[in-house]
Parts: sequence; structure tokens; C-alpha cells
Amino acid sequence: MSGFDWVVPIILTVITAATPLVFAGIGELVTEKSGVLNLGVEGMMLVGAVSGFITALVTGNYFLAVGAAALAGAIMAFLFGVLTLSLMANQVATGLALTLFGVGLSALMGQEFVGEPIAALSKLNITGLSDLPFIGPIIFGQDVLVYLSFVMVALVSWLLYKTKAGLILRAVGDSHDAAHSIGYPVIAIRYLAVMFGGAMSGIGGAYLSLAYTPMWAENMTAGRGWIALALIVFATWKPGLVLVGAYMFGGITILQLHAQAAGLNVPSQVLSMLPYLATILVLVLISKDESRIRKHAPACIGKIFHPAA
Amino acid sequence: MNGNEGGTPQLELRGITKAYPGCLANDHIDLKIMPGEIHALLGENGAGKSTLVKTIYGVLQADEGEIIWAGSPVTIPNPHTARKIGIGMVFQHFSLFEAMTVTENIALGMSGRQDMKILERDIIEVSNSYGLPLEPNRQVHTLSVGEKQRIEIVRCLLQKPKLLIMDEPTSVLTPQEAEKMFETLRRLSGEGVSILYISHKLDEIKELCHKATILRGGKYISECDPTKETAKSLAEMMIGTNLRAPEHHETANGGPIRLKVRDLSIDADVEFGVNLNAINFDVRSGEIFGIAGVAGNGQIELLSALSGETICRNPDTIMLDGKPIGRLGPNPRRDLGLAFVPEDRLGHGSVPEMLLTENAFLSGYSRMALLNGGFINNSSTAEYASEIVKEFDVRTPGIHHTASSLSGGNLQKFIVGREVLQKPGILIVAHPTWGVDAGAAAFIHQTLIDLAEAGAAVLVVSQDLDELFAISDRIAVIAEGRLSVGRELNEITIEEIGLLMGGTHGMGETAGAADVA
Repeated sequence: MSGFDWVVPIILTVITAATPLVFAGIGELVTEKSGVLNLGVEGMMLVGAVSGFITALVTGNYFLAVGAAALAGAIMAFLFGVLTLSLMANQVATGLALTLFGVGLSALMGQEFVGEPIAALSKLNITGLSDLPFIGPIIFGQDVLVYLSFVMVALVSWLLYKTKAGLILRAVGDSHDAAHSIGYPVIAIRYLAVMFGGAMSGIGGAYLSLAYTPMWAENMTAGRGWIALALIVFATWKPGLVLVGAYMFGGITILQLHAQAAGLNVPSQVLSMLPYLATILVLVLISKDESRIRKHAPACIGKIFHPAA
Repeated sequence: MNGNEGGTPQLELRGITKAYPGCLANDHIDLKIMPGEIHALLGENGAGKSTLVKTIYGVLQADEGEIIWAGSPVTIPNPHTARKIGIGMVFQHFSLFEAMTVTENIALGMSGRQDMKILERDIIEVSNSYGLPLEPNRQVHTLSVGEKQRIEIVRCLLQKPKLLIMDEPTSVLTPQEAEKMFETLRRLSGEGVSILYISHKLDEIKELCHKATILRGGKYISECDPTKETAKSLAEMMIGTNLRAPEHHETANGGPIRLKVRDLSIDADVEFGVNLNAINFDVRSGEIFGIAGVAGNGQIELLSALSGETICRNPDTIMLDGKPIGRLGPNPRRDLGLAFVPEDRLGHGSVPEMLLTENAFLSGYSRMALLNGGFINNSSTAEYASEIVKEFDVRTPGIHHTASSLSGGNLQKFIVGREVLQKPGILIVAHPTWGVDAGAAAFIHQTLIDLAEAGAAVLVVSQDLDELFAISDRIAVIAEGRLSVGRELNEITIEEIGLLMGGTHGMGETAGAADVA
């Protein structure tokens, strides 16, 4: 058994690498299912990360910290909503601007907090269960956000495919004109979806600054927002596959780190590329199956809705 | 004037007025519908019918005027309210969601909560009892236009409305299907349901409707009893001038074969698609060849094989003027003189968000020589677009407006005009006058006949048998991916065609398939 001792820590790090992607991915999935493309995930994650970190540092209350991160992300998303849904600005340009804005804003907010240490988000510890060999630390020894990420995936999946609210959300993303003519408030529904996406991105960011590496550093999301966006295409807009994709990407990230540490005779830059290469490869393979994308991709994504006629 | 019937009208409109920037869509319109009355709303495209019915359904709000529902004034701020008080509507441009199933689409159009299992059962029950077979679990994007329309109708019927608004419900049905639906409507009328019926088919309005209100240019023109009018007099009231029937040319059997299709078999590449099975036909120069059939029997697949969107395995399967074109794509086929007017004019026939000039360029750049060393020749493109607008009487504020800004009939005239001006040797047209008013339809028919007389071969795929009988020289029927032998117009009756269309692919069987799926 002792030969497998190294497996548990690897799995644990994979989980921490994947969790922020799960949050950001599932939130953006809801946004996109309503027909809105918000490329500002990275910016929303950063603002969430810094807001959560500052709140944790000042109050010491991690529930407040996660709440603050969600709120900050939702406010950023609301801003995006005002610009794209009410003022009908181009979604791609606005999303890119939101990311740039988020990078700057988070750096400004966190200026005085760089390098300040906080305690990592505490992990579950159930006497007996958490001490079980192998499965104990993996299943019963995670922090609350990891469990929450799984709950959110299940919740979103249930909401989208089992409830009327989810049906309406998907309908708005599939044809906003038809939804409007039947009488659904397209813009209001999209506001809600966009803000949910922002809140989830905020929590995803906060996971980085509260649990993954409990500190604040400028630009600490390091492109995870973009990976989350790619994951949704990878997952062909299915919540369950977002989870799979996030863990696959997290897994490759961690494995290449271990490979580098083990002194594998490959340039480290090549290894660092692996997660991204894998993402591109999978995206290409998935795009080949047109009917699958057509079935699940929201047809109205990125299109501006003019409620006129 | 005519209000000497007893009782309270189910719906009364007084002075409904709605203005858009630059146009008065409804100008003080009055309308009265009694319980159980089938009331026709007649008018050309752009006469304000859609605006009026959208106001009744709560999609639009009138600037002025009153809506009186069963005796008391109401405001209808949104469609939910309309459905709640008992108004159902079948849209002309479907309000359907392509990536969803039939059941999901119907659930979305109903207020309140539904149990999907119960809803599915109700759908099968209602659709069978009204002769509108539907498979609840099919995805809408795999369905034909005709099948999509059934969803809209069933969606309304499930809500047991007191007033049913129907925007051209029969335009995609076979005569038998339409007759069956008239029975349904008469039954509903007998049950006291009022029906506001919009259609361009004047014969069916005469047959079905008790009253007709005629609109022209946004204004109320008159109310009449359609049973006492002729189709011609109704049409003339609508357009305000005299109408000419299409002049039929002499049948030209002697012309050389221009389009020859032999043993065309293609397996559908989408779920629920129809496999084409050994299709053979010829179209001669000077001839209009009509293909009739109920939507969803292989028309989409046949059209995409002919246009080049689907490539055949064998080049000899399709011969154009003796040249094998089976393995060529749409552009090379176009260069050889094959022009194509698809079924869906917004999205397939044109790019809705692009200007008319750009839409003209996209299909005509090669044959109209609109490229200048790889660059777009803007002046000749604009000339080409203007010529289409002028020659085909396309009513638009200008060629620098988007395709989506045109009404259905005008866009159809534009698309037909765009192809005809390229002087094609072969023109393939799908549903040329679907949702087009009588004036524009007559114009398009005449255009096709003129084109054939000039020596082109014209292939028309349509569900409208009156149309096929008015313009075709020979007619064949497509059913379940098989094409019947083409027959001269004087050798075949509407009834025979109807039977071929229903044939082995009848209502009962389709409904039975739903249970298996």
C-alpha cells in the first residue's frame, strides 16, 4: 500500500487546482445558456479574489469573505449587464474591457495587501471518517468550497434541465425573439443569469486567494478565467462535462508540475504548455461534431436583443 | 354598421392606433368578433395585420384605442395576460426554439407549471384528435416548416382559448390536412370559440369565414361577408387595384432536357432526417416541374442535394445541360447556371443582418461580374441591387437597408429577383409564395412562367397545390423520400395528388411512430 502514498497528495492538489475552474465555468455556463457571452470572467475572478482576501484579512470571517467575493463578482457582472443588455454594447468588446478593468481594479484594491499572509480556509475534519486511509482525506477532508462546487454543478444541472425556470433560461438563449413574442422578459432573465455568472466567478477567484494559495498577488488567476471559458465549449454547454473538463485540466496542470519536479528530460516550458495544448486539442476534436454543438450551444449567444417589434 | 346580431362581442377593438417611427402601422382600426365567429383579417403584407394581432396578443401596446373583452375594457400588457384571459395565437414567423423538443416548446408557450409527462400525453391526445400528428420528443430543428406549424397550433389548442388568432395556418398544409383543420376550426367555432383568421388564400376564407375585415396601408377599409364575395373581388379590395391571373404559356414538351437526376439516393446525416431513395426526374427547357408533398418527406434533403449543399457520391447522378455536377458544390453549380431560392428566406435565402446590396452580391457576384480583381465593385453591386428592387417591385426604403427590415413578401420578391436576373438555365425554387400576399404571389408566379418561357428549366417544390396547378406543366409527388413519376397537369387531379402525398405516409402512421419514439 505504501507504494501509493504519493497518489493522495496529487489528487488533493488536483482538486484544489480544479475547484476555481468549476466555479467560474458553471457560472459562465449559465450566463451563456441565457445567450450572453461574458468574456470578463478573468476580471470578475480577480476582483472576487481580492475582495474575498481583504474581507478575510480584516474580519477573519471566511463566510463573509466568500460572500464579499460573490457580491463583488456580481457587481462586476451587473456593470457588464448595464453595458451590453441595457445599452446594447457589443458583448465581446465589453467582456474584454471588463477583464482589463478587473485586472487594474483588483491590483489597485490589493496594493496594500500584497504578501500579507492569512490562514487557509479550514478543511473538514470528521473524526474517524477523515482519517480513513486514501478516501478519508479525499472525500471527507476538503474545505467547504470544494463541496459547494459540486453542489453548484448538480444544482445548475437540475435547474437547467428539470425546472421550468431552466427551460425558460435555455429558451431565452435559443431564440430571444421567440421568447419575447411568447412573453418572457428576456432582458431581466439575462441580467439574473449574468449576475449569477459573476457571483460564481467571484467565488472561483476567492478560492484561489483563500484556499489554493492563501494570499493576494496581482494577477493571481493567471489565465484561469480564459480556461473556464474554453471549458464551456469543451463541455458543449453541459454542466456535468464542465466538471469533468475542470478536473482534467487541473489534473494535467498538476501532473506537469510533478513531472517538472521529478526532473523529466523535457524543457519545462513545454510541460507548462501541456494544459493549454490539451485544451486546444480537445476543442478541435469537439468542434468536429457539429450536430452535438448545435444541440446544446445557445443559438443566440453574443447576439444583441432589440425588444422592438 | 353591421352590428345587429344579439349578444356581446367576444372581442371588440375601437380606434386602435400604433405608430412606428416613420410609419403609421395601425390607423384607428375597429373590429368586432362575436363568440363562435370565424373572422378573417385580410390585407397585403404591410397592411398592418401583424401589428394589430400582436396588439391583441399583448406583444405590442397600442398608442391609442380600446380593447373590449367580453363586454369590459381590458389592457393586455403582455402575452401571459392574453393567455390568461383566453387568447391564443399561432404565429406566422414561428415562436419556436430550435434546440428544444416539441414538448419543451409547448411548455414554454403555456403559463404556469406543467408536468412534462402529463403534457406529453396531452400533446399526443390533442394532436391526434385534431389531425396534427406530432412526436413530443423530436428536436424542433429536425422538423420541417409544416411540422413546426403544427406545434404552434397544438400549443394553442392545449390552452382551450376563447379567441384563437391564426396567422396563415394552412400555408404549409396539404389540402387534406387543411380540410381536416377547417373541421377542427368549425368544431371550435361550434363550441363558441372565436377565431381571428389571417390568410392569403382567399378561397379558403370564402369557405371558412363568417366575416372579413379588410385592411390596407394600416387603415380599416371595410367589413364584408366573404361568402358573398368572389376571390377576385376580395383580392381587389385588399390591394385596391385590379388583379391579373398568371398567364400560362403553351406547354413546351419539345425542349431539350436541362436538368437530369438519376438514381439519387442519400442517407440523411441528421437525426430524424429523411433518406432519399432512388429519385429520378428530368426538367426540360421551357418547363415548370412541380414537386408536391407534405413537409418532412425529403424536400429539405432533395433541395440540398440539388443546390450542392449536400454532395452526391456519383457525379453522374445530377446532370446539368449534359454536364455531371453531382460532386460540385453550390458555387460551381451556380457558375454553370443553376440558381436556387431556398425555403427559408431569412437565414438561408438571405443574411438577415446584411444590407440588400450585400445580399445581392453574395449570390450574384460571379454571374453578374461584381468582383473587380478580388475587390467588391460597389457601384455595379448597387446597380444590380437597384435593378432587382425596381424590376421586381420590392418595397423598401432603399438598397442600403438590411434584409430583415423587409416584409416577408418583399424579401421573397427580392430573392427571386436576385436569382432571375442572373439569367439561370435552371431555377430551383422552394415554396415560392409561402406567407406572401396575393399581389406578390401573382407577380412571383408570372416571373417563374416568364423565365420558363425564355427557355429556362424551373423546378418548384411547394405544398400549395393551387400554386402548383396554376404554374406547373408537370407534377410529381415526394413522399417518404421517394418521388412519384411526373405527370402532365391534365392527367392528374388534386385528389390523386393528395392521396399520393398522404399515401403510405398517412396521418395514422406518423402518429403511431410517435409512440415508438
